[in-house]
Amino acid sequence: MCRIGAIKSKSKFHPSVALKLMRSQQEGHDDSGFAFVMQDMGGIFENYKDLPLLSMAATVEGTRLAEDILREIGFSRVMQWSPNINNRKGLKIEAMPNYIFEVLQYPKSYKHATKQEKEELLIDTSIRLRKTLDEISAGFIYSFWPDTLTLKEIGSPRDIGTYFDLWEENKDLTSSIITAQCRQNTNYDIVRYAAHPFFLEGYTGLVNGENTFYEKNKFYQQKLYKGYIGFESDSQCLLYTLHYMNKILKWPLKYFKHIITPLEYDEIIKREDKEILLRIKASLSHLEINGPNTLLAVTPDKELMCVCDSKKLRPVVIGRNENTVIMTSEVEGINDLLPNRDITKDIYPNERETIIVRNDLTVERWPQ
Amino acid sequence: MASVRINELHKGDLPWIIEYDESKCIQCGRCTAACSFNAIYPAAETRRTNSIASKNKTERVLVIKQNISLENYCRGCGMCANVCPNGAIKAIRNKDDKYSVVYRAIKADSFKKGGRSNLNTEGRTLDKIKVGRISQMTDPSLDAQRHTFELKTPFGRVLKADKLNFDIRDGEIIETAQLPPVRWIYPVIFGDMSIGAVSWRMWEAMAIATAYLNEVMGIPICMCTGEGGIPTKLLKSRYAKYMILQIASGHFGWNRILKAMPDMTEDPAGILIKIGQGAKPGDGGLLLASKVARYVQEIRGVPKADLLSPPTHQGLYSIEESVQKMFLSMNAAFKFKVPVAIKVAASVTSVSVYNNLLRDPYNIVGGFFLDGLAAGTGAAHEISLNHTGHPITSKLRDCYLAAVHQGRQGEIPLFAGGGLGQSGSFAADAFKLICLGANGVFTGRMLMEIAGCVGNDTGKCNACNTGLCPAGIAAQNDNLVKRLDVDKVAQNLVNYILATDIELKKLMAPIGCSTLPIGRSDALITVDKHISNRLDIQYGC
Repeated sequence: MCRIGAIKSKSKFHPSVALKLMRSQQEGHDDSGFAFVMQDMGGIFENYKDLPLLSMAATVEGTRLAEDILREIGFSRVMQWSPNINNRKGLKIEAMPNYIFEVLQYPKSYKHATKQEKEELLIDTSIRLRKTLDEISAGFIYSFWPDTLTLKEIGSPRDIGTYFDLWEENKDLTSSIITAQCRQNTNYDIVRYAAHPFFLEGYTGLVNGENTFYEKNKFYQQKLYKGYIGFESDSQCLLYTLHYMNKILKWPLKYFKHIITPLEYDEIIKREDKEILLRIKASLSHLEINGPNTLLAVTPDKELMCVCDSKKLRPVVIGRNENTVIMTSEVEGINDLLPNRDITKDIYPNERETIIVRNDLTVERWPQ
Repeated sequence: MASVRINELHKGDLPWIIEYDESKCIQCGRCTAACSFNAIYPAAETRRTNSIASKNKTERVLVIKQNISLENYCRGCGMCANVCPNGAIKAIRNKDDKYSVVYRAIKADSFKKGGRSNLNTEGRTLDKIKVGRISQMTDPSLDAQRHTFELKTPFGRVLKADKLNFDIRDGEIIETAQLPPVRWIYPVIFGDMSIGAVSWRMWEAMAIATAYLNEVMGIPICMCTGEGGIPTKLLKSRYAKYMILQIASGHFGWNRILKAMPDMTEDPAGILIKIGQGAKPGDGGLLLASKVARYVQEIRGVPKADLLSPPTHQGLYSIEESVQKMFLSMNAAFKFKVPVAIKVAASVTSVSVYNNLLRDPYNIVGGFFLDGLAAGTGAAHEISLNHTGHPITSKLRDCYLAAVHQGRQGEIPLFAGGGLGQSGSFAADAFKLICLGANGVFTGRMLMEIAGCVGNDTGKCNACNTGLCPAGIAAQNDNLVKRLDVDKVAQNLVNYILATDIELKKLMAPIGCSTLPIGRSDALITVDKHISNRLDIQYGC
């Protein structure tokens, strides 16, 4: 079973915090990988929040191809950061030759472009880069979006931390939100893309669970939006559903729960909003999920979100102090990072609620 | 030497031969009274006596004889054996039967029968499919007894989320336009058998079971009236909301329905426009005059004559225009508050029809009922019954995948029927079709079997067309109809649905589904490579 975690803090922090959060939950690891997404960047990325940041792992050939495509489209490099690689013998990691984290300037023709036009360019470019690299197995595009940095790698989480020098705090690489998982998706082939967290256009999702409606979800989602690709993991579907509902349909977040785990008809008809809920239940029945699932998500507004399946078959706990909120699979992780918090304020979400962590770190519980 | 006559009907030509044991017979007469086909009669035989003491060289012995007649012949229904106290009589299948050949040769007419196809050349696809994805370990199975399951499916036109015209006000979604009606119903529909095709007792039992399941058991099952109208009293009652009114090319019964509409207190569950039926695609309805009883005449507003629904809905220029017009008028008749669906025979062309309906910009169609070739019928030409039609499984799958291709699955709910439960596992058949993309299923044959139909798919009885149904199910003769106990049939129907409900949950639980697994073909495997390829499901061996 996966263990997942999301940390949101008022101050910027280093990915070592995420590694420590997951370390004590290692029973759920199988030394198969480590992945994290950083959002609301600090450190050396602090001053480039509006510019797209490319996170990529590639071969030499893949790197060259990607750079060519970016140049051809008109992107220009503003800043590049490379992790401090510690390639000592005996580390359990299947490293790629290059890890690229670079901030790019939009093409000149986008000087007066709207936010929407820029976003369109980024998703189109991401898809093109991914497709090109996939064709010759030359690398992976993890995210290409402002203020977001992603790393996914195969191997032991401890050794991956050592390889990228992530155990030592470092002020250059910080952010106020980090979501992480210390595992690969071991259900299927070990594919870097299949590791949580998944990211799409400002939305991040990671899931502890098995979405048994994977095929239904996939069949429906693959026609909904060009960005819904890959489907290397059944959990990806939850992210796409969140994106579709909030970004494309522009529905408020509280309706997400009504899509993935709709109330039973007999409960709906007792409610004032029954007409709406029944429409949602019918129209988006192919986005319903079944099976055990806990989703942790980050929205483009940088709020955290947590929902569970309708039978609450997967664990999750939320702990907090004045400065930090942590959502994770098991409480030991929170105990390690926030040992002095008021544990009576810990929240164990139920199967019929949505947890939202606002930017001022207030935690809201919305009953479905 | 006695002359041998060849060119007439002989006992050996008949499909069933009566085997009679005179030594066990007490001459009670029950068998002849029970035989609705007049296939047997009491007779006296002259026999030579072997007694030396007797003056008479012959004696008269009372026996039961079999009629050798084109009209009054044994259908193998077994009623004689059922009523005989001593087991003195039974019908034996004649493997050398050539009745239908002789019938055609003598009558110069197409051979008709009721019930179902008796060829069974294609085998049953559904029996070669298993529920192969069992949740274990990380996605646990559910507990069919302890967990809750929701067995409801939308019936009505479902719009894509971005076409719902929702508006957001103060963080809440609000509706801004009237949307097509959608009902949430049980995924099993009592199939369309008309008053006339079945006896009033059978029809009433189905209606009682429907109401009981809804109002007492909380199972929102719907019943389709068939094309033969509906009793006015029922139409005006609150129970009308469980009924799907059928309109077909004969429009039988609609005169009364239209007249009663101002007095209706509830909208019906839906309207089903029948274009075709799976057992005899290309044929219209056929109710032979022998079944047009007085009350059938009244409900339908017809004389006592053969009632034939035309094979197509008649239109000025095209069937498309005609159907479109009918959909609009049916939608308008109930102020666009009742789902209007269409029933077609599964056919090579079903996908084209479904694609067209999905693309229809007016969203007039609220359900697509596909009827496969193993469906039953009250009456049909044998040649249609045995040689026309399309198996349901692949066609249902084709339609679902066509919708997937358009990204519009679920917009027009699919309901599948035709031969469900043929090998005794109705719930399993329903479950598999749902996994392949059906929103639900409909059945008529199971209801008849539950009610006591003695027919089968290998030529037993199949005399629904005659009005002489020995079980009183498809009969219109008063004495035969009285054989059917309305309350008992209703009770059995309710029980069967309760059992089906348990069995559906027993299949949902192991695959970890708490709601209907519509389109979850990943849960299925097949032991047949061709089926695997055709239906795009996993092959297992």
